[in-house]
Amino acid sequence: MQHGKYRFIIGFLIAPMALYVIFVIWPFIQSIYYSFTDWTGLSPDFEMVGFDNYTKMFKDDIFWKSLEHSVLLAILLPLVTLGLALFFAFMLNVGGRRRKGALISGVRGSGFYKIAYFFPQVLSIAIVAILFQFAFDPAQGMINGSLKALGFEHLPNWLGDPKLALWCIMAVLVWCTTGFFVVLFSAGMASIPKDFYEAALLDGATRFTTFFRITLPLLWDTVQSGWVYMGILALGAEGFAVVNIMSVGPGGPDYSTTVLPLYVYQAAFRDGQAGYATTIGVALLLVTLAFAAVVMKLGRRERLEY
Amino acid sequence: MKTTDTPPALREESGIPGQRTANSGVPGTSRTKRGEGHVLNVFSHGVLVIWAILVILPLFWAVMSAFKSDKAIFNSPWALPDSLSFDAWGRAWNQAHMSEYFLNTVLVVGGSLVGTLVLGSMAAYVLARFEFPGNRFIYFLFVGGMSFPVMLALVPLFYVMDNMGLLNTIHGLILVYIAYSLPFTVFFLTSFFRTLPTSVAEAALIDGASHTRTFFQVMLPMAKPGLISVGIFNFLGQWNQYMLPTVLNTDPNKRVLAQGLVELSTSQGYKGDYSGLFAGLVIAMLPVLAAYIVFQRQVVAGLTAGALK
Repeated sequence: MQHGKYRFIIGFLIAPMALYVIFVIWPFIQSIYYSFTDWTGLSPDFEMVGFDNYTKMFKDDIFWKSLEHSVLLAILLPLVTLGLALFFAFMLNVGGRRRKGALISGVRGSGFYKIAYFFPQVLSIAIVAILFQFAFDPAQGMINGSLKALGFEHLPNWLGDPKLALWCIMAVLVWCTTGFFVVLFSAGMASIPKDFYEAALLDGATRFTTFFRITLPLLWDTVQSGWVYMGILALGAEGFAVVNIMSVGPGGPDYSTTVLPLYVYQAAFRDGQAGYATTIGVALLLVTLAFAAVVMKLGRRERLEY
Repeated sequence: MKTTDTPPALREESGIPGQRTANSGVPGTSRTKRGEGHVLNVFSHGVLVIWAILVILPLFWAVMSAFKSDKAIFNSPWALPDSLSFDAWGRAWNQAHMSEYFLNTVLVVGGSLVGTLVLGSMAAYVLARFEFPGNRFIYFLFVGGMSFPVMLALVPLFYVMDNMGLLNTIHGLILVYIAYSLPFTVFFLTSFFRTLPTSVAEAALIDGASHTRTFFQVMLPMAKPGLISVGIFNFLGQWNQYMLPTVLNTDPNKRVLAQGLVELSTSQGYKGDYSGLFAGLVIAMLPVLAAYIVFQRQVVAGLTAGALK
């Protein structure tokens, strides 16, 4: 029996472990090693160069720019997205008053809103980015077309303007992620007992107080994990996809939209600096881990049981 | 018991008892509240409506543009198409190779999804149900992968794949998708298997079923709700994948939809076939959008169950 048990455990773990180690763990370990080499990625030869890549990185203006943009994305995006999502979710679940006899319910049409808000989430990030690339087109896009119809004259060159480009990128990321958090927070709010709200209502609490005294504290765990999730998205795959597809270059005029993952990609596969690219990648890893640690630390509160 | 306890506690909190009695007449409260509440109401409803429009309008615009001529797209972006023309759809499907990209995507996502669910549930079952040395270590090795930026691993991974002859192949892409889906899948399913009752599995074992047979014939069917949740999560993630294929799959014939569309948007920008591009976009988004509208309850439940854990 014991013998059979271990054979079974090994048999079941071997395939998933092998895949995971070969394609995920091993490349991660390798990349830290490569960050100390002058490997181009084009030829198999390389030499150890110690911390040369790291000193180069600290003197690299483009690195600092992309770091700044990535950090901006990781801080601002969750703030705006989760803020909007909390407001929407609150309105859709407890914002209504005395509808259908129920004391606590969503506003009228909340069922429809919940379905519609989630739409962008099921669309591929590539589709969203292409769609908005056209919408932002200065001469022929939907946005300037509508502005022109409203009588505006000086129309901005959205993605071509170094001052505006990053904000356009952020707007798109907010557009496509808010819906997910509306649904996530709605699920969280649904599990808060109704009598809490009823009691608050009898005491004459406004929506404002109800939200800050009841909903937010009881939802705090979900908000916090949402914050980390959104930050990792912005620092990683989604940030890369939107910048790589939408922005001019890609990377924007005067590197105004370059973010860390895009810079890693360009250094490795465009400039033939695989070793240096992994160095920037290590910086990205540190930023991601620091971000998660800070959110977890700042967000720590007494867990409320109900 | 609890209900009788609550009101006095709340009364103490509100401070002055007199104030409370004055407010306790419910009609009075609502009348005084209505004035300030009305402005707030209009504002809140306005914001909700505006966001709904912001979400739906771009999609509507894309679908409408797919039926128009290029000239009409720019000259009158908001006018309805004159006639339903499917020309652009044909061009996108055949000349722009959307049919091939569609097939590639179906193959890659189909293979990855089955692989992820089978391998993920096997690993999760063993990690959730058996005590053995190294159990915690392997579990954290898997779960830790959730917080690593994939871009960092992609540079060496490119060369690992190259050496194994897996670069630019469908099966290579499938293996990578599975590997990168395992952290979340194992994390989710491990906690799911822990919630399932042990007695059924024990009964099967006493009846003489092997561990393997118990897993496939007893435990896996019991885990169906969990598999559906994590399956939807992985389906959307893998169908929408952009970064992995961009780096690991550069052969024009093996492109998946996301790559094909980006390529199309760059090349159509020069050729000026915008209606073809919009048709391509709609072809790529309609199946998922339609599936979401039909199964939206399950999709939402699956995604939130996944993220709330």
